Amino acid sequence: MSDIFQNLFLGFSVALTLTNILYCFIGCFLGTLIGVLPGLGPLATVALLLPVTFSLGPTPALIMLAGIYYGAQYGGSTTSILVNLPGESSSVVTCLDGYQMARQGRAGPALAIAAIGSFFAGTVGTLMIVLFGPVLAGVALEFGGAENFSLMVLGLVMAVVTAHGSILKAICMTLLGILFGLVGIDVNSGVERYTMDISQLYDGISIVSVAIGVFGISEIIANLELKEEREIFTDKVNGLMPTREDLRRSAGPILRGTAIGSVFGLLPGTHSIIASFASYTVEKKLSKDSDKFGTGMIEGVAGPEAANNAAAQTYFIPMLTLGIPTGAMMALLLGALMMQGITPGPQVMTKNPDLFWGLIVSMWLGNLMLVILNLPLIGIWIKLLTIPYRFLFPGIMMFCAVGSYAMNSSAVDVYMVGAFGLLGYILAKLDCEPAPLLLGFVLGAMMEENLRHALLVSRGDPSVLITQPISAAFLGVSALSMIALIIIPQLRKQRDLVLAEQGQD
Amino acid sequence: MSIRIKAPKDFWSGMIFMAFGIGFVAVARDYPMGTALEMGAAYFPTVVGGLLAVMGLVLVGYSAVNAGERIGHIGLRVPLLVIGALVLFGYLIDWLGLIPAVVALVFVGSAGGHEFRFREVLIFALVVAALAVGIFYFALGLPLKLAPQL
Repeated sequence: MSDIFQNLFLGFSVALTLTNILYCFIGCFLGTLIGVLPGLGPLATVALLLPVTFSLGPTPALIMLAGIYYGAQYGGSTTSILVNLPGESSSVVTCLDGYQMARQGRAGPALAIAAIGSFFAGTVGTLMIVLFGPVLAGVALEFGGAENFSLMVLGLVMAVVTAHGSILKAICMTLLGILFGLVGIDVNSGVERYTMDISQLYDGISIVSVAIGVFGISEIIANLELKEEREIFTDKVNGLMPTREDLRRSAGPILRGTAIGSVFGLLPGTHSIIASFASYTVEKKLSKDSDKFGTGMIEGVAGPEAANNAAAQTYFIPMLTLGIPTGAMMALLLGALMMQGITPGPQVMTKNPDLFWGLIVSMWLGNLMLVILNLPLIGIWIKLLTIPYRFLFPGIMMFCAVGSYAMNSSAVDVYMVGAFGLLGYILAKLDCEPAPLLLGFVLGAMMEENLRHALLVSRGDPSVLITQPISAAFLGVSALSMIALIIIPQLRKQRDLVLAEQGQD
Repeated sequence: MSIRIKAPKDFWSGMIFMAFGIGFVAVARDYPMGTALEMGAAYFPTVVGGLLAVMGLVLVGYSAVNAGERIGHIGLRVPLLVIGALVLFGYLIDWLGLIPAVVALVFVGSAGGHEFRFREVLIFALVVAALAVGIFYFALGLPLKLAPQL
């Protein structure tokens, strides 16, 4: 117990330094700003701003990136309440009742409840990391090559299972991602692989190029091809304060939503979107007026918003403690860690305690900032919503281009962005989701390394993967969830239903 | 005998995956294979690439049996302009520097949009170029060439 306080104390001492508060603030602010603006999801946002954080050093960089992430989450819910157009996928559910509330002139209370619910859930989610993080990391420290390899397989399989659309395509995207992750000099033998003699590729393809390409550029192209049509309730936001009745009705949904979200956030692949759907379903079932859901029930805003924010916090746990990203966003943050020269995994907590605990405390601070920052500033965000896309996209293009160039002062990185943008665009047209590609890309080289290590220890006997109990368990769960998804059509239908409205992570 | 493609999306994505899988395996033939005990540089990519090729083949086979949606409209103009803008930027930034490269990027990219008003785009280009200089050159202090040395 005293450990926890000691850790939290360390965390506060790191997070409360002036520079880190500043980067947390900048992150939250930029995240909300871009989250509110239509046409750029949190993934593309983080990818675009990753190069900007590169020169900051690991702790401020991660603090800022995390701030961008939950700021964007938060901004997305503002957009969905006001425009009926989710700024990002996890706020799809918030649209259902939030937008209806806005149409009835109750946008203020809807936004306020979303903020309060998110903050409460964010606090609980952060506490979960504090309590369970060290335990998980302690277990994972004992892992060898076989266990790590199998754990990564499990992570990838879960990403496939929860991906949108065809399982087969998700598997292929993962494998393709792994292959792209192998480009560069093989750390073990020094052989240049797939570099086409381009010296800029010796260190591998930059994760920034891949992420900006498959998320940013293909999103830009898709947006440009789309005609803009939006109906915005800008003049109807008066009176932010929810009534006592609103608060009373929201308390239960917020508590339940937090619990649901915390659990779903831990599961690989699923997190926010499914958490908010689950919470919405629960509230609808529990409510006496379940037929009124969809017409502007505050419960339908409070629960899902809490769930999606709790999930956004616990989403960090596997990445921070095991070094396994369970979704594309964590894959990006993991990539950011690696670019800062930190080897991800359970040892981060012991080797870089200031990074680990500072990040966690600053996540809570960031949640607090979001409430303070956003409720009074709501008027500004609403104005931003009216900006047409053609005003925004030159700026977005600039960040894509200059950001990717600035990493290594190399035009090759910009060309790679173009190549991955084209590939991402074509694959998206063929219903292939980009998230598994990014996960595979980040894990590719690590998987090879761990497999090599495992086979070296076992003298070349691949059965080590199934004779080591922990490794076997990971592979067993992977196999079972794959088989379950293929042979149980009911489950598959359910999954497609849940994911039906999801665009991309 | 002709096999009808019932699911073009599955067919074409399968073909793409197969091409990548075979490509990665073929290139790996130049690298040492090693053994399971000491995996060479070719070992892992060959296994993963092979798997990808097989999975791609399964997708192609699947497309001949199960009906699927048609492929939506794949535009040529917008992707070409957006990606062309990036390539042009990459070419110009080393040659002429940041400011001309950003201006060119915005002009070519904006041509992909619905409306193209010359004066509006010119203003955007200058504002965005100023933004780029402010953020990347001054705030982040990156060693970028701004414009051609006169």
